[in-house]
Amino acid sequence: MATDSLTESRERVDASRAARKGQTVALFPPAEKEVLLQKYHPDYKAEAYRALRIGPNAGQKTVHEVADLLEGDSPVAQADLKSVPDYTTDLLIIGGGGAGCTAALTARAAGVKVLLATKLRLGDSNTVMAEGGMQVAVKPGDSPVRHFLDTIKGGHFANDRELLKVLVEEGPSATQWLLSLGVLFDRDDDGNLRVRSGGATSTPRLLTCKDYTGLELMRVLKDALINEDVQVVEFAPAVELLSDGAGRCTGAILKNLDNNRFMTVHAKAVIVATGGSGRLHIQGFPTSNHFGATGDALPIAYRLGAELAFIDTFQYHPTGAIYPEPMAGLLVTEAIRAAGAQLVNRLGERFVNETDTRDVVAAAIIRECVEGRGVITPSGRRGVWLDAPLVDLVNGEGTLDTRFPNMRKLFSRYDIDIRAESVLIHPTLHYQNGGVKIGVNGDSTVAGLFVAGEASGGLHGRNRLMGNSLLDIIVFGRRAGQAAAAYAASTTQGPATLDHVAHFRDALRQAGITAPSASPRLIPDYVRREEATTRS
Amino acid sequence: MTTDHAIIPSPQETGQMPGFVTVEVMGKKYRVPEGITVIQALWYTGHEMIRGIGCLGGTCGACGMVYRMPGRFELLNGLGCQTTVRDGMWFSMVANYPAAQAQYRVSDLTNAKEQLFELYPESARCVNCNACNRVCPQGIDVRSSIWYAVFGDFQKVADLTMSCNMCGLCITRCVADMPPNLIGLYARRAQGALYAPQAEELGRRIADVAEGRFRDELDQLLTLDPAELKARAAALSR
Ligand SMILES: Cc1cc2nc3c(=O)[nH]c(=O)nc-3n(C[C@H](O)[C@H](O)[C@H](O)COP(=O)(O)OP(=O)(O)OC[C@H]3O[C@@H](n4cnc5c(N)ncnc54)[C@H](O)[C@@H]3O)c2cc1C
Ligand code: SF4
Ligand code: SF4
Ligand code: FES
Repeated sequence: MATDSLTESRERVDASRAARKGQTVALFPPAEKEVLLQKYHPDYKAEAYRALRIGPNAGQKTVHEVADLLEGDSPVAQADLKSVPDYTTDLLIIGGGGAGCTAALTARAAGVKVLLATKLRLGDSNTVMAEGGMQVAVKPGDSPVRHFLDTIKGGHFANDRELLKVLVEEGPSATQWLLSLGVLFDRDDDGNLRVRSGGATSTPRLLTCKDYTGLELMRVLKDALINEDVQVVEFAPAVELLSDGAGRCTGAILKNLDNNRFMTVHAKAVIVATGGSGRLHIQGFPTSNHFGATGDALPIAYRLGAELAFIDTFQYHPTGAIYPEPMAGLLVTEAIRAAGAQLVNRLGERFVNETDTRDVVAAAIIRECVEGRGVITPSGRRGVWLDAPLVDLVNGEGTLDTRFPNMRKLFSRYDIDIRAESVLIHPTLHYQNGGVKIGVNGDSTVAGLFVAGEASGGLHGRNRLMGNSLLDIIVFGRRAGQAAAAYAASTTQGPATLDHVAHFRDALRQAGITAPSASPRLIPDYVRREEATTRS
Repeated sequence: MTTDHAIIPSPQETGQMPGFVTVEVMGKKYRVPEGITVIQALWYTGHEMIRGIGCLGGTCGACGMVYRMPGRFELLNGLGCQTTVRDGMWFSMVANYPAAQAQYRVSDLTNAKEQLFELYPESARCVNCNACNRVCPQGIDVRSSIWYAVFGDFQKVADLTMSCNMCGLCITRCVADMPPNLIGLYARRAQGALYAPQAEELGRRIADVAEGRFRDELDQLLTLDPAELKARAAALSR
């Protein structure tokens, strides 16, 4: 199946395995790290960026794909707004992934009426895909302080420290909440929670459910939610927020994807938990994200005047599969590198310390490919080897089976046995480091508008540390749920208008932005068109 | 946006033409490149789809599908994002199967192992037909998980069903009309919430935080200037 050169190259990897086994590669010293990132990390590619011309972040730079959304036009017209709403609720939650479900459970427990609208089915999300684990400082030798320092180091010291303090301090109680809902984390023999090591942390801190951590969380959260008195509307993404005309958020317009009709929701408070943006394929990268990850929070919150933070930085996960072709973009968990799998170039040589931060490892892989030490797949993708068999060699036979059953299964569907064969990988677009700027209660700069999870920005600084996102969605999902419920309980329903959209359209015109594309994007367009067929 | 990320790099890019296979999508024949998945084949043949796609990575269970192969009598099932097209394959996506989901709150369960029979009385009706095991795309021993649930060994259920993506294909086949995946989930949640051992270290850490043990040190980090912060972080041994 593999072409000759792939086979030859893999044989070189096999041949050098024994010699590489005990070898250590030094971490990049800070100065060289900067040079490497500047030269090879996509975040530093000047031509991929442009300055925003309008809105709260005008003048700041972001990638073209995101700028197009933010300088895009609303898909709704004044006539689409109904005076008699389809739904009326205290709290509207937009997005049914981990953060949205957590917020909904918390807000419902606080006693308000909750409506949750989501794009696909409840739980179809990035959360369900998380493999590696969730960072929580539970071990006696670890501490929230250490968790704080590891995270801020990973985030290039740019993280919002107030948010980070909340994350590390509330991590343990958030974990307790998950246990009480029935989440089955892996345990040590003595019943304590087991921790695993992840990349770029000073001590093992990852709570895991084998390599199905996100699936387990999502399964439980979803089941808990549908057993509560919360109305869930599926296949109904939000396409616009509503405002009282004086800067306060008062509802949203949803699009029923089954009949393409717009629905009006009146709400006293709104939580946006729509997750990330991998399906924008920023800079042409493949992605590990789910089908609905099109960054919808960004344009709808921006048009209402919410400030964004760190929207110029994205996480390219070092190890996305590139072969076989149907797997392209799919994540290969970092935990496998922490467990000893090495990165090896075409020549069978290592070139980076596998436990360095994600941005550094990704940049180093791109460097290998650019400088001709990468491997080319039959369909033309470039990458390097991930020496998975080493995991069993280092930790004992059976480790891949027991700790990475999902990865074993995914590759075995294409007759690749990762116990015996190295696999090909390349960085894949993985995580939106920034988003809508929030305070410690998930509050955005717009009254009545709360944001939680990957859609928010600040906590992770310029680079999210592995395992912090699952903790983020629980800790800040709960906080946003609590705060938005309290806000909704203390206020009355204001007028629900599209005035801010009219203002935004004026701003677009004044800035000379003609023919903006419609945003949010909702669904990536992968359907092959007729002209494409004749072209090839 | 180009479609290459999701379908296949075009021949212009690779310089080589892919091989093609013929598949039958819901009764119509199409030629599609070999090696792509069922969902990619649907995109390739111009089908606009919203339902039936979720993670595209085998974990969300949105993409259950049913197919036949030429010369074989069985009705086969798989995940649309994980099954590659083969010549002569006849497939269609599986519609949403409404399942009878029991209403419960785990924290209110007093005797979960007995309550299973109130919430899911059908769980005791398994006739060992093994259809669930044959259909499960995750290779789960679903049938045994039902028997362990019935006999109250919820830990065993949890061990067996960890990889269940809730695709619901087992529901479509169960001759006893039960939702095996939902019964498994009930047992899993009860096991986690009610029967799992106390995580003592976690309890102590929560108490320490509540007493403010880390407060001063964390507050200090909030205001530390960047150089000092860097030094603190660098001092942590790897
Ligand atoms: C493959 C993969 C592996 C990962 N592994 C880890 C890991 O090991 N550890 C870790 O900590 N993190 C990991 N992450 C990151 C983490 O899983 C996510 O960042 C996190 O789960 C995001 O949660 P969320 O609730 O904010 O967003 P999501 O879980 O993505 O949920 C967002 C929801 O909103 C819906 N939605 C989108 N737009 C709209 C709209 N306009 N209207 C209504 N609904 C909408 C979506 O369909 C989705 O259901 C991983 C991510 C991926 C993709
Ligand atoms: S047990 Fe049922 S729902 Fe779960 S993966 Fe198998 S077939 Fe799908
Ligand atoms: S399909 Fe139903 S009846 Fe048949 S073995 Fe599975 S659970 Fe039992
Ligand atoms: S789309 Fe999620 S399992 Fe196939």
